[in-house]
Amino acid sequence: MFGLDAVDLARFQFAFTVSYHIVFPALSIGLASFLMALEALWLKTGNEVYHGLYRFWIRIFAVGFGLGVVSGVVMAYEFGTNWSVFAQRGGDITGVLLTYEVLTAFFLEAGFLGVMLFGENRVNRTTHFLATCMVAIGTLISATWILISNSWMQTPAGYHLVDGHFLPADWFSIIFNPSFPYRFVHMVLAAFISVSFLVAGVGGYHLLRNGKDPAARKMISMAMWMAIIAVPIQIVAGDMHGLNTLRHQPAKLAAMEGHWENQPGEGVPLALVGWPDMKQERNRFSIEIPHVASLYLTHTWGGQIQSLKDFPADERPDVPLVFWTFRIMVGIGMLMLLTGVVGNYLRWRGKLFTTPLFLRWVTIFSPAGFIALIAGWVTTEAGRQPWVVYGLMRTADAHSPLSFGEMVASLTGFIVVYAIIFAIGIYYILKLIRKEPQGELPSGGPGQNNTPKRPFSATLESFDD
Amino acid sequence: MFTDMPILPVIWFAVIGFAVAMYIILDGFSLGIGILFPFSKSDSQRDLMMGSVMPVWDGNQTWMILAGAGLYGAFPVVYATILPALYLPLVLMLLALIFRGIAFEFRGKSRKYRHMFDLAFAGGSVVATFAQGVVLGGIVHGLHVSDYQFAGSTFDWLTPFSLFTGIALVFGYASLGAGWLVVKTEGETQNLAYKALRPLTLLLLLAMAIISAWTPLSNSAIAERWFSTPNVYYLSIVPVLVVLLAVNIFFDVTARREKLIFTKLVMLFMLGLIGLVISFFPYVVPPSVTLWDAASGPSSQSFLIVGYAVILPIVLIYTAYSYYVFRGKVKPGNLHHY
Repeated sequence: MFGLDAVDLARFQFAFTVSYHIVFPALSIGLASFLMALEALWLKTGNEVYHGLYRFWIRIFAVGFGLGVVSGVVMAYEFGTNWSVFAQRGGDITGVLLTYEVLTAFFLEAGFLGVMLFGENRVNRTTHFLATCMVAIGTLISATWILISNSWMQTPAGYHLVDGHFLPADWFSIIFNPSFPYRFVHMVLAAFISVSFLVAGVGGYHLLRNGKDPAARKMISMAMWMAIIAVPIQIVAGDMHGLNTLRHQPAKLAAMEGHWENQPGEGVPLALVGWPDMKQERNRFSIEIPHVASLYLTHTWGGQIQSLKDFPADERPDVPLVFWTFRIMVGIGMLMLLTGVVGNYLRWRGKLFTTPLFLRWVTIFSPAGFIALIAGWVTTEAGRQPWVVYGLMRTADAHSPLSFGEMVASLTGFIVVYAIIFAIGIYYILKLIRKEPQGELPSGGPGQNNTPKRPFSATLESFDD
Repeated sequence: MFTDMPILPVIWFAVIGFAVAMYIILDGFSLGIGILFPFSKSDSQRDLMMGSVMPVWDGNQTWMILAGAGLYGAFPVVYATILPALYLPLVLMLLALIFRGIAFEFRGKSRKYRHMFDLAFAGGSVVATFAQGVVLGGIVHGLHVSDYQFAGSTFDWLTPFSLFTGIALVFGYASLGAGWLVVKTEGETQNLAYKALRPLTLLLLLAMAIISAWTPLSNSAIAERWFSTPNVYYLSIVPVLVVLLAVNIFFDVTARREKLIFTKLVMLFMLGLIGLVISFFPYVVPPSVTLWDAASGPSSQSFLIVGYAVILPIVLIYTAYSYYVFRGKVKPGNLHHY
């Protein structure tokens, strides 16, 4: 069917469920730190606007965390259901890392999340703030484990290969494998920035309805500071991550650049747009700027990088997919930078809260970070192909012995169910967002009916209209 | 018998066995309440039934993630063979659990769509339980494994035995749910649970008897282990205890002695699990893979045990504390999270 086989469907299913899932951890990572900042500012300044914002966003955090748990259960099983050969041969390393991720999340739920969500009236302010900090740190630790696991698949290190099995030789080298530090910084910044633009969008939406709303003004203001500080840092971090990829995964980088072959003595051009044609091994309809890629990849005028033709055709990733998702990510990044510059220019002119066009733009632009984040993950994951463990184990050799029919049935099931759940979840989050940014305290915790094992219970909002 | 084998995989077997047992008991009664949902008489009765498990259900379900992820790290071969072999029932279970979870969260937040969330709750619970029973039956029946990978075909799991265990688990979890409701509710709802308990216990006992006969009949090694002397003398204590407990539960139901019914049902389940361990140890993927074959290397297992040793006690204390805090009967007046 459409030239697809069971492996393609297994890949698509994994990509679909993990793309759906990643939105919620990213939201949790970004929002937890945002909430920590809000509470710190409230404690320091005593300004009730910060406190109101904390209460507003903590509900959205709770729902996002809950949806992350629901979609995470599927992920915990999918490595085995879809990639059993990989799970069996790599489990000594990746299984251990994934289990640590689950343990961290478990620990978080059991402890500090409860105090954070429901404890405001039960513990003193400092204790509550410490709980918020612990949750924020916890989300980062959780991300650490899963990013170590992914980075190890991208740039494996610290292993013995015995009869096709990856056995741990040195946990330190496994954990600090070459791409992990870059991936970690890039992903965490991405989560922060995604949430900043979500916050900006929500602020913009409320300012359009009530231009005096102090909480909405604060949201836009904070988000624009984040944009002007974090987006440039992210661009530098992304560039360093790219150089790391150039060193360890040159075929992926060549695909990102759409770089098919080197001309003797000529620098690498930057392909702005184009359609990489894998059969003809060239870019069609491309617009290129000579030497620019050499400049940012080798920091020289005429430097060359390995090109796609330096790799056998069966060791190249799907070039158009990698090429275009990379451009979507970078393009959105550039729009974010522009938004940050314009926003802060408006702030300087005293018009940040009173320019309807800008407010409308940030409202529309609010999901942009999450789109860029998914696009970036597609770039790195599709760019790793045809390997599941880069250079060592092919995806085609890693899949479970599943039939085409099984994959069609399960994929259909996942798409239908996720569509329903996503619709319900988004509908509910939008309802929370549309509320005025103020409201009553959630209460609960051990001793009451609402508890952190059920983050949804932090919000009392009715589901009906 | 196995004294010359490394001990760490056995410790891990115990740890994951513990997590699985926790899951079966805790999510077992939660799912059981979903199974009993269609037999409720009114909306307020459903409020109470759901309310009796509301504060703890999410924590109950997380034991499944802990068991699943632990398998991946400590017994990659089990993870990599059972999951693809039982692919369709497992996917069905995951999807059903999603519906069940969403129903838990939104039923109380909606009046207009409440009937739909009721349906999702009951349907999700029944389907997830049946699928779990099929998975159990499929494993017990045995998987065709070669070179540490599942080597059978798509519907190998679909046998009369696995369908039977699927149905049996629905009755089993329903009985746990009824036992829970007897402890946690009073009046009409409690009465409903009492009425359900007698047939459910009988069915559970019958199912255990059939499985106990079916497995040794189809597997001579299991028959040998149970019925050879001297094993038969001390192993026969398991079925004797099962019958005694079941009779005891009957008397408790007749006398409306609510206190220990749930505990006794849990013990019944534990005896069932012990029976399985006696039948299959040290095989974790019958009929060919032992826990030593399936274990990850000592470096992985020791690295991971550190995390479990720290986290598991904390989780247990928290779990116990949550149950302690929510002790006592659920009444219409204390369902204030609605």
